[in-house]
Amino acid sequence: MGEAYASLLSLRGLTRRFGGLTAVDGIDLDLAKGGLVSIIGPNGAGKTTLFNLVTGLDRPDAGTVSFEGRDVTGLSPERLAAQGIARTFQLGRVFGNLSVMDNVLIGAHTRLRAVKPAVPVIGPLLELGLALLRPSAVRAEEERLREEVKAILARFGERLLPRIDQPAYSLSYANRRRVEIARALALKPRLLLLDEPTAGMNPSETAEMQGLVAELKAEGLTILLIEHKLEMVMRLSDRVIVMDEGKKIAEGPGEQVRGDPKVIEAYLGHGLSGTAEQESAA
Amino acid sequence: MSSWLDYTINGLIVGNVYALVAVGLALIFGVSRLINFAQGSIYLVGAYIGWVAVVQLHTPLPLTIILVAVVAALVGLIIERFGLRPLQNSVRIAPLLATIGISFVLDQLVMLTFSPNPRALPSQLPDVRFQIGGGTIGPLDLLIAGVGITSALLLFVFLRYTKLGWAVRAASQDRDAAMQMGVDVNRVNQTVFGIAAALGGVSGLLVGMYYNQIDTAMSLQATLKGVVAEVVGGAGNVPGAVVGSLLLGLVESYGIAVFGTSYRNLFAFLLLVVVLVLRPNGLFASARQAPPEPLTGTFIAPSRPVRIPRWAFAVAVALFAILPLLPVSFYVLQTLINAWLLGMLALSLTLVAGTIGQVSLGHAALLAIGAYTSALLSLTLNLPVGLAIIAGGLMSAALGTILISPSFRLRGHYVSIATLAIGEIVSLVILNWESVTRGPIGISGIPPLSLFGYDLVDPKAVYWFSFVVMVVLALLQVRLLGSHLGRSFRAIRDDDIAARAYGLSLNRYKSLAFIFGGFAAGVSGGIAAHLYSYINHETFNTQQSILALTVVILGGLGNVVGALLGAVALVGLPEVFRIAAEYRILIYGIVLLLLVRFRPQGLLGTI
Repeated sequence: MGEAYASLLSLRGLTRRFGGLTAVDGIDLDLAKGGLVSIIGPNGAGKTTLFNLVTGLDRPDAGTVSFEGRDVTGLSPERLAAQGIARTFQLGRVFGNLSVMDNVLIGAHTRLRAVKPAVPVIGPLLELGLALLRPSAVRAEEERLREEVKAILARFGERLLPRIDQPAYSLSYANRRRVEIARALALKPRLLLLDEPTAGMNPSETAEMQGLVAELKAEGLTILLIEHKLEMVMRLSDRVIVMDEGKKIAEGPGEQVRGDPKVIEAYLGHGLSGTAEQESAA
Repeated sequence: MSSWLDYTINGLIVGNVYALVAVGLALIFGVSRLINFAQGSIYLVGAYIGWVAVVQLHTPLPLTIILVAVVAALVGLIIERFGLRPLQNSVRIAPLLATIGISFVLDQLVMLTFSPNPRALPSQLPDVRFQIGGGTIGPLDLLIAGVGITSALLLFVFLRYTKLGWAVRAASQDRDAAMQMGVDVNRVNQTVFGIAAALGGVSGLLVGMYYNQIDTAMSLQATLKGVVAEVVGGAGNVPGAVVGSLLLGLVESYGIAVFGTSYRNLFAFLLLVVVLVLRPNGLFASARQAPPEPLTGTFIAPSRPVRIPRWAFAVAVALFAILPLLPVSFYVLQTLINAWLLGMLALSLTLVAGTIGQVSLGHAALLAIGAYTSALLSLTLNLPVGLAIIAGGLMSAALGTILISPSFRLRGHYVSIATLAIGEIVSLVILNWESVTRGPIGISGIPPLSLFGYDLVDPKAVYWFSFVVMVVLALLQVRLLGSHLGRSFRAIRDDDIAARAYGLSLNRYKSLAFIFGGFAAGVSGGIAAHLYSYINHETFNTQQSILALTVVILGGLGNVVGALLGAVALVGLPEVFRIAAEYRILIYGIVLLLLVRFRPQGLLGTI
């Protein structure tokens, strides 16, 4: 694979309208391999909609998304996942009735090879047959992935490992967020999108999460982060993008953005009146 | 040309009747995001109340209409208060199942009270026809049009100019915001159910008068037609429901004009499937609406399944396997053979509805496909019965999956509507495709079960045969659930958006679930065909679909052992208690309602 592209992810003029509202308005963004860019902004600024556009859950009305130099605008979430884009969700979407182990194994779904032969047309039928017969290659693959899941869960200390067989619905809110991140890591992503990974966490849990994200960055993972906790954003980000009402109003290193009068106005203008308001995912 | 005008008038009149049902459905959907499968039952109640009023009480027409509206509204209020309000905070599947259960209970109560035989419902209006242009119109047509337009106007005024009407509209736009602003959502729900039921009841009365005949089969048809009209107009959209109804009336009327009466329903259901596939938000909504809200709640009740130790399962299998060697009566064996056939269907449905979350209401169609394939292959090609049954299973798997595939992009309630419609389409095709299926005459003289050239006529042999087939299918399914496919199916059920974000293609995995489940159901149908030796288009009907669903809920969604336990319980217990056949469906309906309310995870728990 050549490294001809300038940045791993690049967005050009990305726009999404809902009726009269322009949720994402002409956003440009470049994210270099191994970089960490944070998107901040008041509730309703369009951050989550931007994530949805990048991960294929929603289609842009205008603009392009390029990943590794290829145009991937409007591809389905399945295809994008197969290309190595993983995300977590703002509201914590774990599979409630699946165990922690199974939740994280789903993250590795795109990496299944032995059980999902790449044969056109009859591929699904072969998959069904292999799942029922389970020859040794399939069993070995499953075993290997299970070991890998345990290694991923070990990164969260004793938070998840003791609960590996518990259904996800029985976990605490913070643990569900951790399961989501573990699931994303199991995909072996080339690009990881984290949507408010510390929402609902107390300061010590937040610090723990911050440590983990820093570790991932140090390992060379490329990360796009939505986060409200500014201290974490300032520490981790190479660059910060500020969104308000769908538009990018500032971009640059954290300290520079922090002092920008437009940013202060955006936060004071909305932040005081609408703090209880849930950021609309739509 | 004159007849075209007649067909147009007829289409608009019938459309008016559908509109009365569909508007109620749209109001309810708007406020509570629920497709009320009991709407047709209220329509049925309305027709029978009307019959009592006209034939026994001899009430004048205006009083008849008022009486029907009031009684139907009361039924609606009771459904809301006791059937649905207790489920407000439960998982999304619960109210869906509850309205299905309520519909069966109401239909059966009407049937038990009035007998299933059709009755005449005279219209009380003079039988004259007026010439207009090239067509004719009668007083009843005018009455129906008048009632339709008057109700629409009243509803418009109510929603627009009254405080309660505002509350209804507010609640349908944003329920939580309306509650925060002090809107009493319970009162709104009551109002909406009352209005919907009154309209539905009057609609039943008018239809009964229009055809001068009422019978208990009207209920399901009305629900289906109302839902079709509502979905065509856009779920929850009240004016859309009216337009959708008129469109449906015209499509049916012109369809009859061109192809004949027996195709009437086929057009309605094809229209539904086309709209669901091309414009799932209805004809009037933008095809690219905002993506659906994140669904943080789960579709099915979370639970920890009861762990059945392997030895216990093995002991149970062994006991049932040696049962025919014990001195048991022919009657017991016969009952258990029925249970094993139902068990296979339940295995199929528990995979489709439970494991991957597609609550199919047309599952009996898979039985029918398997039964017809197996019967025709053994009769016309002299294929050995064992092979014919396997071919029936494969045909069900293939054809069933292809037919159901338009519903793969749908969710929740829509899947149930689409599968119900697809089931009806299958039965209508069987009825009308005479050159292959022998149409309404059915297929007789189907050869008995046989294996390697030996006929299985001894009940013991039939028992063992069906038991072994069922156990093999169950073991295969357990193996499937333990593979990566089991995990993938369940992930799609719990959160299809998150599943897609991790590379799970909904089409691929829903197809695989239906292929696997379709095979089991087709085999069950195939065995049944050779057992009964005669089948027709009504052998496998919606009642069986609902019975299978009750079995699956009873055992626990997705739970293989639960499905078999549920089948034995629901087939066996009524026999043990010698409950008369006509009360059984009533009891199944009540069991379904009680389960949804008090033990949504079933006996053995959801897997």
